[in-house]
Amino acid sequence: MRTEVPESPDQAAEALGAMTSQGLRVRPLGGGTKRSWGAPAPDPDAGLSTAGLNRIIEHNAADLTAVLQPGLALAAARDAFADSGQMLALDPPLGESEGATVGGVVAAGDSGPLRHRYGAARDLLLGAQVALADGTLSRSGGKVIKNVAGYDLAKLFAGSFGTLGLVTEVVVRLHPLPLRRVTAVWRADDAGALERVALKVAASPLEIESLDLFWSGGAGAVLARLAGAGAERAAHEAAGVVSGLGVDAEVETEDADLWAEQRRRQRSEGGVVVRVSALATDLARVARGADRLGASLVGRAALGPLWVKLPPAEAGDLAGAVEELRRDLAPHRCVVLDAPLEVRRKVDVWDERAGAEVELMRRVKARFDPGGLCNPGVFVGGI
Amino acid sequence: VRRGRSGRRGLVGELERICGPERVVSHPHSLKTYESDGLLQYKVSPRVAVLPDSAEEVRAILRVCHEAGVPYVARGAGTGLSGGAVPVEEGVLIVLSRMRRVLEVDLPNGRVVVEPGVTNIEVSAAVGPTHFYPPDPSSQIVCSIGGNVAENSGGAHCFKYGFTTNYVLGLEIVLSDGDIVTLGGKEVDRPGYDLVGAVVGSEGTLGVVTKIVLRVVPVPQSVRTLVAYFDSTDQAGQTVSDIVANSVVPGAIEMMDRLSIEAAESATGAGYETDVGAALLVELDGSESECDARFDDVVEICKHNGATGIRVAENQAERELIWRARKAAFASMGRLAPDYYVQDGVIPRTRLPEVLARIDELSEEFGLRVANVFHAGDGNLHPLICYDSAHPEEAERAEELAGQILDACLDAGGSLTGEHGIGIDKKRHMPKTFSETDLDAFQRLRCAFDPEALANPGKVMPTPRLCGEVPGPYREHPLERAGVIERF
Repeated sequence: MRTEVPESPDQAAEALGAMTSQGLRVRPLGGGTKRSWGAPAPDPDAGLSTAGLNRIIEHNAADLTAVLQPGLALAAARDAFADSGQMLALDPPLGESEGATVGGVVAAGDSGPLRHRYGAARDLLLGAQVALADGTLSRSGGKVIKNVAGYDLAKLFAGSFGTLGLVTEVVVRLHPLPLRRVTAVWRADDAGALERVALKVAASPLEIESLDLFWSGGAGAVLARLAGAGAERAAHEAAGVVSGLGVDAEVETEDADLWAEQRRRQRSEGGVVVRVSALATDLARVARGADRLGASLVGRAALGPLWVKLPPAEAGDLAGAVEELRRDLAPHRCVVLDAPLEVRRKVDVWDERAGAEVELMRRVKARFDPGGLCNPGVFVGGI
Repeated sequence: VRRGRSGRRGLVGELERICGPERVVSHPHSLKTYESDGLLQYKVSPRVAVLPDSAEEVRAILRVCHEAGVPYVARGAGTGLSGGAVPVEEGVLIVLSRMRRVLEVDLPNGRVVVEPGVTNIEVSAAVGPTHFYPPDPSSQIVCSIGGNVAENSGGAHCFKYGFTTNYVLGLEIVLSDGDIVTLGGKEVDRPGYDLVGAVVGSEGTLGVVTKIVLRVVPVPQSVRTLVAYFDSTDQAGQTVSDIVANSVVPGAIEMMDRLSIEAAESATGAGYETDVGAALLVELDGSESECDARFDDVVEICKHNGATGIRVAENQAERELIWRARKAAFASMGRLAPDYYVQDGVIPRTRLPEVLARIDELSEEFGLRVANVFHAGDGNLHPLICYDSAHPEEAERAEELAGQILDACLDAGGSLTGEHGIGIDKKRHMPKTFSETDLDAFQRLRCAFDPEALANPGKVMPTPRLCGEVPGPYREHPLERAGVIERF
C-alpha cells in the first residue's frame, strides 16, 4: 500500500486530493493502536500517515488552550502539559507503548475515566482543521474557550473514523491538573448493591472527577475519584454518602494504579471488547449479562458507556456471544471494538439500526466525500 | 419562491387546516409581535406565523413549506441577540412557544427530556432541588431550550460547566422535507456521526428541533460568592489570571466596569460600590471541603492585586442580590442612554488589558459611551454601546463602533461571537475569520440537512449559496478542474 507521510497540513491536503483524484481509497494512519476497530473493509489503496504531523503548535498555558497536530502521541501531550500543572482531560487507554495519537483518539471517539467530569474528545475540542477529499483545507471553531461562530464541524469529525477527511490540527481546551486526587472504593459481590452505590454517589453534591465500575467473575467495585485541594476530606465524605447498603468504602490516597487498571481493562489484545451504550440504572443488568457470558465489565458508572470483555473462544462462539449480549441488552447499542478479523466478519460491528438517522449520516458523508474514498466501509451503515 | 398550487391565501389556509385558525397569525397588525427578536435593529414581517403543538404538526407545516418552496424560520422566546429568529419576508414563522412540556425527568440517570418551548429555568426547576441544568444565559427566566440549542447558549457558569452543546445528548429534528429524525438519545457513544453536535449551535438552519434530551448534574454542596472592587479593569483581569493559574476553577467569574456597575446599581440597588474602576464577581462552588480549601486563596489573590474592598455574600439572599445586579446589567443600560447595542466578542483572556484599552480608544474616537460586562473566565466580552436612535447617524456610528470592537477581538486571536450567534447581525463579518474553503465545508453540512435552503435562510452564511445535487460516485467536471465552477 502506498503511504504518504505529509509534514504539514497543506501537504496532507495536497496528498489526499492527489490520491482521491486518482480514485484511490485512502486510509488515515495514526499510532496504529486501534487498527482492529471498525467494520472489516477491503484494504484501501493508499495510506495517509500523521507521523510527520506530531507537534504541539501552541500551548497557551495562561489561556488554558493548545493547538495540536494529529500525529502527536497523547502521552507526549499529557507530559508536556503536566509540566505546566495542566492536563488535556482525555485519558483513554493509550495502547501498546502508549502509541495512541491525538488524531487517532479523536477520530475513534475513545475516552477514559475523566469523561465523567470533563466530557469526551468532542467536548474538549474548540476547533479543528481538516483536509477534505477534494484536497481543500478547512477550519471550524476557533482558539478561544467560548465560540459559536459557524457550524461546529469539529464535533462531526470527532468519532468519524476518518470517513469525512483527515483531521490535520485540533484546538483543545485544557484544565488545571488537580492538586490532589483521592479515591473511595466500594467492593462487593452483588452487582445490584454496586449499582445502588453508584447511583447514590452519582447523585451526591460532591463534584466527583471520575466515577467508574468494574465487575468480573461475580465480584467488582465502584470507584469514585475526588480531585482538588480538599480531595481527601471529600473522599471520606463520599464514603459516608452510602449507608445502609451493606457495602463499605475504603479510601485510597495512592490511587494512580487503580485508575491505570481501569483504563487498561477497556482493551483486549487478541480478544473481543464490546462497548455498550447503557445508562447508570442498567449497571446490574449489564453485569448479569456479562456474567452469563463469563465476561468482565468496566466503564463509567454514571454516564453509562461500559466495555464488556469476552473470554477467549473460537470466532464463531465469540460472534454468538456478541449477538447474545445484544439480545440481552436491547435496545442499548453494543459496538464491537477490539476483535479479530474473523469475528468482525461474522457480526455487524456497529449494531446498526436502519432508519432516518443513518440515512442522514449517509447524506453527510456524500457531501464531504462524494466519491466515497475516505476510509470507506469501516463505519456505520457501510459508510 | 415557487408559488405551487397555493397563493398567499392558500398557504394560510393549509396551515389553518393543520393547526386550526386560532393558531395561525396572518393579520399584518398581529404579525408585528414577531417581526424581530431581542435585537430590535432588524425587523421583518413574515407572511404568516403558526404555533404548532407537536412534532407531527411541525412536520405537516414543513411539508407545506417544502411543497410550495416557501422558506421558514423557527422561533423560541425571541430573546436572541443576533437576529437569528428574524422572520423571512414571504416565509413562514414557526413559533414553538406552545411546545413546552417536560416529557421525562430521569434523575437516577441525570437526564431530562423536554420540548423546545420549555424555558431554561424550567429545566432546572424540573430537576431540582437535587439537580440543575448548568448553562444559564442572563435571559434564563424567559429564553427557551430550543433557542439555547439553536444558539449553543452559554452563560455565567460556562467557564467551569461548559455550554449547551456539552449537555445535549439527543434531539428530535424535523427536516425541511418533513422527515422526523431522532439523533442521539439518553445514552452516550451511540454509533455514528455526532449529528447532535452538528445541530447544536446551527442557528435553526438545519431543521426544526422538536424534542431535546439533556444531561443535568447534582447541585454542588457549597457555593461561596464574593465581589471584589478594584481601581482598574487591568487589576481585576490580572486577578482572574492568578486565580486560574492557582488551579482554582470558579463556578463563575464575572467582571463589570465603572459604567456598567453604575447602571446596574441604580437599577437594582444591590449595594455595589460605585466609585470603583471594576467589580469582580467570583463564585466558587463544589464540595464543602474544596470551597473551604480555596475560598481564602481567592480572597488573598484579590488583595494581592490591590482589591480596594471585598464583599462576601453571607447567605443565599445576599448571593441572589449580587447576581441580580450582574444579570440586570444589560437591561439597566436604559438608564444611561435611550438605546444600546450589546456586542458579543471573545478574546484569549490574557489579551484583556490591550483589548479594553482599544475599546476605550474607540469609545472616545466615536464619541459614544461603552460599558463593559464580561464573562471574565472565558474571555467573553459584552461591550454595551450607548446611543440615541433619535439621531440616525448616531445609530450608524454605534454599528460602526461595534464592528471595530469585533475587529479588535479578532486581531487578538478571538472570535466573532461567544454565545449570541452570528444570525443576521454578524454574517457579513464571517469572511474575516473563515476562508472560502471553511465556508464551503459549512455549506456541505447545510446541504446534507437542507438541500433546498428553506431553513432560516439568510442567516450565518455571509452570502446565499445553492446546493448542487450529489451525484453517484464523484466525478470531477472539466470546468471544476479548470477552476471555472465550484461544487458544494
